[in-house]
Amino acid sequence: MQTPPYGTVPLAAELRLPTNWLDYTILAIYFVVVLGIGFAARRSVKTSLDFFLSGRSLPAWITGLAFISANLAATEILGMAANSAQYGAYTVHWYWIGAIPAMVFLGLVMMPFYYGSKVRSVPEFLLLRFDRAAHLLSSILFAFAAILIAGVNLYALAIVVEALLGWPQWVAIVVAGAFVLAYITLGGLSSAIYNEVLQFFVILAALIPITVLGLKKVGGWGGLTDKLTATHGADFTTAWGGTGIGHANPLGANWLTIVLGLGFVLSFGYWTTNFAEVQRALSAKNLSAGQRTPLIAAYPKIFIVFLVMIPGLVAAALVPKIGTSGSGLQYNDAIPYLMQELLPNGVLGIAVTGLLAAFMAGMAANVSSFNTVFTNDIWAKYVVRDREDAYYVRFGRLITAIGVCASVGTAFLASSFSNIMSYLQTLFSFFNVPMFVVFIVGMFWKRASAKSGFWGLLAGTVTAMVNYFVLYKKDIISIPTDQGANFVSAIAGFVAGAVVMVAVSLFTEPKPETELQGLVYGTRSPGMSEPPAAGDDAWYRKPALLGWGAVVLAAACYIPFSF
Amino acid sequence: MTEHPEQPRRPLHYTEDDVQREVSELESKSATAARIFDLRRIIGGLFVVYGVIVTITGITDSQAAIDKAEGVNINLWTGIGMLLLGIFFLAWLKLRPTPPPLPPEGLTEEKGAE
Repeated sequence: MQTPPYGTVPLAAELRLPTNWLDYTILAIYFVVVLGIGFAARRSVKTSLDFFLSGRSLPAWITGLAFISANLAATEILGMAANSAQYGAYTVHWYWIGAIPAMVFLGLVMMPFYYGSKVRSVPEFLLLRFDRAAHLLSSILFAFAAILIAGVNLYALAIVVEALLGWPQWVAIVVAGAFVLAYITLGGLSSAIYNEVLQFFVILAALIPITVLGLKKVGGWGGLTDKLTATHGADFTTAWGGTGIGHANPLGANWLTIVLGLGFVLSFGYWTTNFAEVQRALSAKNLSAGQRTPLIAAYPKIFIVFLVMIPGLVAAALVPKIGTSGSGLQYNDAIPYLMQELLPNGVLGIAVTGLLAAFMAGMAANVSSFNTVFTNDIWAKYVVRDREDAYYVRFGRLITAIGVCASVGTAFLASSFSNIMSYLQTLFSFFNVPMFVVFIVGMFWKRASAKSGFWGLLAGTVTAMVNYFVLYKKDIISIPTDQGANFVSAIAGFVAGAVVMVAVSLFTEPKPETELQGLVYGTRSPGMSEPPAAGDDAWYRKPALLGWGAVVLAAACYIPFSF
Repeated sequence: MTEHPEQPRRPLHYTEDDVQREVSELESKSATAARIFDLRRIIGGLFVVYGVIVTITGITDSQAAIDKAEGVNINLWTGIGMLLLGIFFLAWLKLRPTPPPLPPEGLTEEKGAE
């Protein structure tokens, strides 16, 4: 997970919101619509491709917004606001350098290989490019990670709902689990994606009023920076202040580890190889739409940072002691605190709905990618092969139910062992890094052999973990914060994976050229040569223009935060 | 696993040709494009409903609610914003209706067979 681990610390009890019948009506309407989408999408499911990949037929604006929404889970929203309350404007790095370049790279460079080869999942691409060992390892690790993250989302939802609405934790876990189960088993990925798009707009309707009122309360952006400069120092509202190598700053990272660790390794690993994201792009209706999926998502991503960072900063300005023992509020309470302070009934209902929707979407994205990988990559390839297509649709529905039950179990487990959960979360966060190495080497170096994939994956994962859990946690190397250690571990895992891949390749047979068509840079697959659909040659639909536009815009956004 | 002996076992080696063939075949039978409803109607409908509810709340809001929100009638403004978004989606749907999907051959006679 590229998001800083969202601490599963109970929220302060005094955050109970003054909700009334109006807010609950708004929430109930949303739940009805969510289920309605599931039922209505049901009739579109005929083949396994419909169930797992929406028949590769959705338009780019839908897959693009679902792409951003799958990332905009509530753990991300609350976690990034918490990050801002703790570290200040450094949060922008997770968006402008830690997301946009990777999203653009996915759209412009990698999507032709993913979409053109017609693979149904990220591990399936590894099967074609490398071998069964790499495929099975990545499939199993992904399946575990997806269930774990779905469970963490569910548990985080239960904590927030308990604090804000007063529901017991188990009620929230079971209700949210049941809704996600219902709409995904009914409508498959189409239902998950449609709900994600809807959730995107509800979440905006929730965050914009909080941000606007929060800013008004502290006297605008000027008032906010003045207050924070007085209490937290001048670097708190800048992106790069205090990040010189050797300088101390609250983030515990310098510009080099930010650019390489976060901006390159962690972010490319997350955005380009995490199947929960890439699945949205693979469900687009043609190659052009597939390429535009992450590019369309990049534009909202550039600006969403303001909607999570400003509430975090406002909370830090209003409650300077937030997150310390001198205050009843945790960093994670930033957004719930502002909801309670500022929103009257009505908009409050929208905000609660948006938050719950975001939790469910975060869980649904993981469940819908889990069932795809488990069915197509594990079950259909290694356990029950060559059955008729309808069998795999039935199995997909069954495994969705099992997956949701497993994440409900994970959520209950998390409520008793929250330390173990955050440990496991960190553990799995290191898995994306070697995935990215294996992809980048495999896509750009024809000579990388079939066996090198598995060993690169293993070496990179182990190195990142050793660096984090042994060298950093045992104080053998000194890094001031967990975030900083995260960045350094990612870089170490990347380097180790690349070195091992090169070494193994030099001693093993390369794959024959004929088997690499459309999988390696410089080759083409039949899927890439399909003619563009009517209208896709319009200038505003050109992937290159959209992609470079996003990069330039993100770079420009840095300017006011750099001086 | 062995109850289908009539199907020839694929070789263990799985190539891009297999994927291309399998997915193309599934794509030709896929029903999503033909049967999925237009999402713009749902977004438009939900936001119009939300917009109306929240706008009315804003119009009838007490002074206390407005004071809580820093003197801004936030319900009114958010409601109008949501209403406009809903109308935008419905208008888009009206101006650019869903293109009728091209029925792939073989689909029509199976209509209704879930």
